[in-house]
Amino acid sequence: MKLTATFRIALRALKRNKMRSILTMLGIIIGVAAVIAMVGVGNGAKAQVEAQIATLGKNMILVFAGSMTSGGAKGGYGAAGTMKVEDAVSILREVPGVTLVSPEIRSGAQLAAGNQNWFTTILGESPDYFEMREWEFTDGSSFTEQDTRSANKVGVIGKTTAQQIFGDDDPVGQIVRVKNVPFKITGVLKSKGFSLGGADQDDVFIVPYTTAMKRLTGATILRGIDVQAASDDIMSRVQDQISELLRQRHNIRAGHDDDFMVRGQQDIAEMATAQSKTMTVLLGAIASVSLIVGGIGIMNIMLVSVTERTREIGIRMAVGAHGRDILSQFLIEAVTLSSLGGIIGILLGVSSTYILKLLSKICDMLHIHNDALAAIAYGPTLISPTIVVISFVFSAAVGVFFGFYPAKKAAALDPIDALRYE
Amino acid sequence: MQPVISLESIWKIYQSGDVEVTAVRDVSLTVMPGEFIAIMGASGSGKSTMMNTLGCLDRPTRGRYLLDGVDVSGLDRDKLADLRNQKIGFIFQGFNLLSRTSALENVELPMMYGGHRLPAKELRARAMKALELVGLAKRFDHTPNRLSGGQQQRVAIARALVNRPAMLLADEPTGNLDSRTSIEIMDAFQTLNEQGITIAMVTHEPDIARYTKRNVVMRDGVIVSDIQVKDRFNAKEEMRRLDGELQAAKLVK
Repeated sequence: MKLTATFRIALRALKRNKMRSILTMLGIIIGVAAVIAMVGVGNGAKAQVEAQIATLGKNMILVFAGSMTSGGAKGGYGAAGTMKVEDAVSILREVPGVTLVSPEIRSGAQLAAGNQNWFTTILGESPDYFEMREWEFTDGSSFTEQDTRSANKVGVIGKTTAQQIFGDDDPVGQIVRVKNVPFKITGVLKSKGFSLGGADQDDVFIVPYTTAMKRLTGATILRGIDVQAASDDIMSRVQDQISELLRQRHNIRAGHDDDFMVRGQQDIAEMATAQSKTMTVLLGAIASVSLIVGGIGIMNIMLVSVTERTREIGIRMAVGAHGRDILSQFLIEAVTLSSLGGIIGILLGVSSTYILKLLSKICDMLHIHNDALAAIAYGPTLISPTIVVISFVFSAAVGVFFGFYPAKKAAALDPIDALRYE
Repeated sequence: MQPVISLESIWKIYQSGDVEVTAVRDVSLTVMPGEFIAIMGASGSGKSTMMNTLGCLDRPTRGRYLLDGVDVSGLDRDKLADLRNQKIGFIFQGFNLLSRTSALENVELPMMYGGHRLPAKELRARAMKALELVGLAKRFDHTPNRLSGGQQQRVAIARALVNRPAMLLADEPTGNLDSRTSIEIMDAFQTLNEQGITIAMVTHEPDIARYTKRNVVMRDGVIVSDIQVKDRFNAKEEMRRLDGELQAAKLVK
């Protein structure tokens, strides 16, 4: 029998029981819509995290000073006090593939200018820091190598800090006081937005690390070292070599713990995306369960259909239908049912993602604050063609899988019994 | 001439639990082309089993069945289906049309199977021609529920004819019809038979059997009589007689 004719018969059979067909499809519709919507939102959140990680810079390796335990009290990161500027210098000099380093000092302090003041994070960095993080200036420029060498009282201001202290005025060339030390502002940084931890990366005042040591912290201990590797594929080797070098420099014997931590950008990205990945997998699993339940619904209704149409099967067999003609008729009917459900589900899933986005935006506007909602509202929703194709194929496969048993049952009927069936 | 039906010592034994039931025992029968035969008998006489065997719906336990020269005995399910498709036109007591499907599409059904692969236009033309033969061309788009019992049975006859089979096989074709419509159907059969179509009909009504040319009576699984019908009914005359009687009844009133 021709496939098109079989398909036509299947469609007609479904049209005859419209209500029943729609209810049967509902399981698949909900399943597929859930898959599309959830994976879409999940992917959106993941893309957002990835975008945030990209604000770190390119091929960045972060070396944190580790903790030290003294008398049972664990000191927290940086407490070891073993990370020195010399470590940064030797990393740049001795580890091949390292292009730039910046020793980092971090503290918090009150900034004041005129009658305005603001508490912000003070970072001590080298001028290379801005290149490493691909951080551009909206006004002015970075402090120089010379400023670092001479520990000049200069600094670069983040966008948030600039707005708090200077409002709409141009901060470049102005003086801010930090712990009563006057600093001349050489540049204003472009906005980088929020970090993964949710901190405002623009709420910052960056000075040469030498100046930070001398004027602000009064110590020579670094909080960490930012390192840039030449390319993506040498990251793990560079990380290992940095570890090895630092262990050697800090005289750590074999079997003892590191007093520092080396994290590549990939590691950070992986950690950050792990959660959203788990979420996506979980949501996908729940959606798959509903697809399977939908499939069982199809199987159920196909079994009913086979029983109802026993006489029809008998007639078809009497006039010459082979078992496989009957099999394909019912199988195509099941697959049509499930893939039609799949298509409707895809449309519903795509539109519901946008509705979800709209709702979250409305909630946000009404000041109902929730991080998850905000992520959905402003994160990109990614409906990848892959997931659309996968869900369609999967829904069709559900039809084949769950339609096979009823179709097989129909095909195995004895024509005499089928014709006599009341 | 080669017989359409040739049964050689057919046995059919059913296994019903531990008991063996012999439905047909050692039956031989030959039907030549152009014959119009009625197989008669009370229920349990084995005529249904004969019907299923002749219709290639069931295989005999023992013996040989040649349908239009083809030995049916050794064929599998699919081969039997093809044989039914090509050599036999079925007409059932309950019409057995597909509901909610137009008369035309019901007639097209046998051409959908058996690897005919005709273009849709040709299917339609052949189905229309078959409907014309039974005088229902005008109602080609009616679904069975909009047709009378007689019309439904005529659609079924058109469906049986559409693949130009070697014989028509009718199973109590008038069982669900009133006497007037029964005569109509017999008229259709006689007309087709005059055109040379072989018809085998199973019935338990002696009146209906008298429209055929040959009566085979079965009892307890064996043929007890096989005679040519002498005073054969002519459907057209019977119809006229029936109309006359009706007219007379009206006058008496």
